[in-house]
Amino acid sequence: MAMLAWTIYLSFLGAVAVTLTPARRPAVARVTALLTALAGLGIAIVAAVHGDRSGQLTTVVQTPWIPQLGIEYHLAADGISLILVVLTGIAAVAGILFSWNVERRVKDFFALYLVLIGAVYGVFLSFDLFLLFVFYEIAIIPKYFLIAIWGSTRREYAAMKLVLYSFAGSALVLAGMVAAYVVAGQRTLNLEALAHYPFPVHFQMWAFPVVFVGFAVLAGMWPFHTWAPTGHAAAPTAASMLLAGVVMKLGAYGCLRVAMMLFPRGLEPWGFHVLGFGSWQQVFAVLAVIGIVYGASIALVQKDLKFVVGYSSVSHMGFVLLGLMTLNQIGLSGAVYQMFSHGIIAGLLFAVVGRMVYDRTHTRDLRELSRIPLARLLPFAAVTFVLAMMASIGLPGFSGFIAELQVLIGSWSAFPWMSCVAGVGILIGIAFSWRALQATFFGEGEKTATEALPPITMPERLGAFLLLGSTVVLGLYPRLLMDLIMPSLNGPLFEQLRRGVWR
Amino acid sequence: MTGSSYFELLRLTAPEIIVALTALLVLVLDLSVLRQAALATRLRCAVMVACIGCVLSLLMLENFPAQGGLPEAMLVVTPLTQLVKVALLALAIGVLLLVSSARFTTHAGEYCALILFATTAMMLLVSTQNLLVIFITIEFLSLSLYVLTAFDKQSQASAEAGLKYFLFGGMSAGILLFGMSLLYGLSGSLALEAISATVSRAPGDPLLTLAMVMVLAGFGFKIAAAPFHMWAPEVYQGAPTGSAALIASSSKVASFFALFVVFYVGLMGAAGNAAWGNYSAGWAPLIALIATLSMLWGNLAAIAQTSVRRLLAYSAIGHAGYMLIALVVHSRQSLAALVYYVITYALATVGAFGVLSALEDEKLDSIADFAGLGKRSPALAFCLLIFLLSLAGVPPLAGFFGKFYVFVSALRTAEPFGLLWLVLLALAMSVVSFYYYLKILKQAYVSEPSTGAMAIRVPMATRIVLWATATLLVLLGCLPGLLVNRIVAALWFGK
Repeated sequence: MAMLAWTIYLSFLGAVAVTLTPARRPAVARVTALLTALAGLGIAIVAAVHGDRSGQLTTVVQTPWIPQLGIEYHLAADGISLILVVLTGIAAVAGILFSWNVERRVKDFFALYLVLIGAVYGVFLSFDLFLLFVFYEIAIIPKYFLIAIWGSTRREYAAMKLVLYSFAGSALVLAGMVAAYVVAGQRTLNLEALAHYPFPVHFQMWAFPVVFVGFAVLAGMWPFHTWAPTGHAAAPTAASMLLAGVVMKLGAYGCLRVAMMLFPRGLEPWGFHVLGFGSWQQVFAVLAVIGIVYGASIALVQKDLKFVVGYSSVSHMGFVLLGLMTLNQIGLSGAVYQMFSHGIIAGLLFAVVGRMVYDRTHTRDLRELSRIPLARLLPFAAVTFVLAMMASIGLPGFSGFIAELQVLIGSWSAFPWMSCVAGVGILIGIAFSWRALQATFFGEGEKTATEALPPITMPERLGAFLLLGSTVVLGLYPRLLMDLIMPSLNGPLFEQLRRGVWR
Repeated sequence: MTGSSYFELLRLTAPEIIVALTALLVLVLDLSVLRQAALATRLRCAVMVACIGCVLSLLMLENFPAQGGLPEAMLVVTPLTQLVKVALLALAIGVLLLVSSARFTTHAGEYCALILFATTAMMLLVSTQNLLVIFITIEFLSLSLYVLTAFDKQSQASAEAGLKYFLFGGMSAGILLFGMSLLYGLSGSLALEAISATVSRAPGDPLLTLAMVMVLAGFGFKIAAAPFHMWAPEVYQGAPTGSAALIASSSKVASFFALFVVFYVGLMGAAGNAAWGNYSAGWAPLIALIATLSMLWGNLAAIAQTSVRRLLAYSAIGHAGYMLIALVVHSRQSLAALVYYVITYALATVGAFGVLSALEDEKLDSIADFAGLGKRSPALAFCLLIFLLSLAGVPPLAGFFGKFYVFVSALRTAEPFGLLWLVLLALAMSVVSFYYYLKILKQAYVSEPSTGAMAIRVPMATRIVLWATATLLVLLGCLPGLLVNRIVAALWFGK
């Protein structure tokens, strides 16, 4: 387990190594980045295989950092962290494979990319709130440059919007963090210790929504989701894959790990009703359901293929948030499963849309795409996209099915009518997926005399196999993850949540 | 004064004396030995001698730490003042190195000597708790800074800035002196400790209120807090880069420290309370108001700036607001937070002005001129990235920990979360500040350089300053304990 820390260090070292590679040989930079990401993935998988399955927290490193304030450099992992670390590893490798064709400022691209990856690993492994926050913010800066330099549609606007939303969200988190630190007696920011600290209820009542919203901004919670579609659409392929695949999970992870774990009693009923809402649980559940339906509906009318996928991410992240708000075991495990599953599927969708289609046809407009007989020209891309869409709408056999089913069951017992609305969201999801699929690959194809498109390259195939394989394996054999998720949710860290509001 | 106290005086002021003597030496050398030498040589020699003086003074401070005081609190030397003086000297060395490649003046010796005189004044300012000495040192400091601002005789902007600075400064000095005279009249003493006793007896005295407002206005000018900030954008833009760097960095450090001492030691009894829902009259709510104004006005006005220097000026006003929060709290922990914040802030500012000085030859000032800096000089752009992100408070840079520390101290008051409103405002404004800092970085990294733009040659001395400050910011951000340790040890010394 001690090697887990090296996922972080290797990524940062890899970033340095990439900047030191000769400028005239971009291939060296690519290979270095790929090797770094592969090493990270390898470590993550080994750690997950050997990971503790009893729900205990495994400490990787724990050493005083700012002793005057009781802040520690504390890396640790439980089952939830482990699967998200694996997800990060997969997304990192796939992202590099799908950005093999980046030609402009190659070194800068991969260096920033690896810094982002390293920071994401750091967030998932931090068990000191201060450290977690530091990594969370380090992740913001590379996102900006990745989008602003290598992006497409309105990239500077989208990049600025994205980082300002992220920064505003993290300002809320910082407020909650400082407050929690002061209330808990200024001795520690250790998440394990804080999880057992009995914060006063009235404090939890306001700290919970502040921190939850702060993280949920990054998880794409409606109405703070607007950065997501513009950001995803503008970002270069690898960055959209990471943004949708991993960075949005940072937000969801923070909601679970910090907001819900530390301030579970903030979810208790207020004792009075405002606009029919009786607790923060209901407020955020409704926002999540609105996100599901709204994201899917907007995706239904988009003209730009990347925006379709972008809004579908908002919709799918709604399931994560809904699952968290069910506050029962099956709903929560569904939420965590959905984090992983959506990370893979969103990465796959963006890879097809951004790399396989857009980089070849140079258009993402659905009407123009429908005139190109893409299914004939790019059969591999067509098959991948069909499978990805099937996974995305939650057909059995893919990971999305397991995840969304659990969330729906969980929410059925918590708030039945919302479950129905979310079900409608899934139906709309089928509609927009069908529409996008139809227009992109199986259009009328008036333009019969099309110039041949460059064939699908080896890195793309590898990346697609990696992601498709993951979603199918997890769809057929969910125990791989469930064995890690369930004990963690039942572990001592979530004890307060279980005791307080668990149903 | 008896003979022994003269000895005491020499012992306590030895570091200041070294700096002052060096200043005279620089003047004499420049006028005698180096009179015929080329300008570049003269400047280099002056800078070198000045730096050696500062280093000697630094060594003196580090190796022979003196503690004690003079009657009437004219000098109060504690480990904390020593620490602040070390920071002031280090910043002075940084500024001197930046100056070494300047070409705007033929008065090399005078320029360096003035920087040293200003540093002497600052060092004395932080080690006194006597109203009269505070006023004299502030005037000494201000006079040096006025001249430094107007030093570029070919530049109209410099003269204008100097005049504006002087007029505002003169007026605020008058107000400050009037306030101090009222304090003296009330208490019959110049020492802050003695004043404190009187203040505690009658905290609601209207005359005292007037005195506090005036003292605050005088200091508000020095720290460029809204609404006393009018001079700052002009001076930052018009003054020679070295002068602006000095005004923006070490002068801030000294003024903030002195401000804290005056209110913490002298006027503690009349603090009042700025907590939400628990308001009571005094200087704390007044400073909270000034902090609010500074944060709002500084950060919002910075968005509209097109000149990088003016942007830095407005961001400095915003930062003054954040730092004033520590004063509103006025606990010992908040003093530690303030010292950490102001030192790291000064480092980042010196660095930012270092970048500007490297670009000075091209007369680059507008944000658009930074286009493609990342290509033209990757090292310079990288340093700029670190300075601006530290100012914006992005971890793992020092600026972030400074903010964190201040906020922690602000929430830990007698009434739980009484000052939460100030912290939330500061957080909201730091999001705003992130926007305008990123605007500069966007030009540097995202935009393409204009055609014909060449690689930039950065003088060696400037390069040293840039790398040193950047390294320090990263180091203090990753291991804040290094500095916090010293501050805490100095602060709790003997208590």
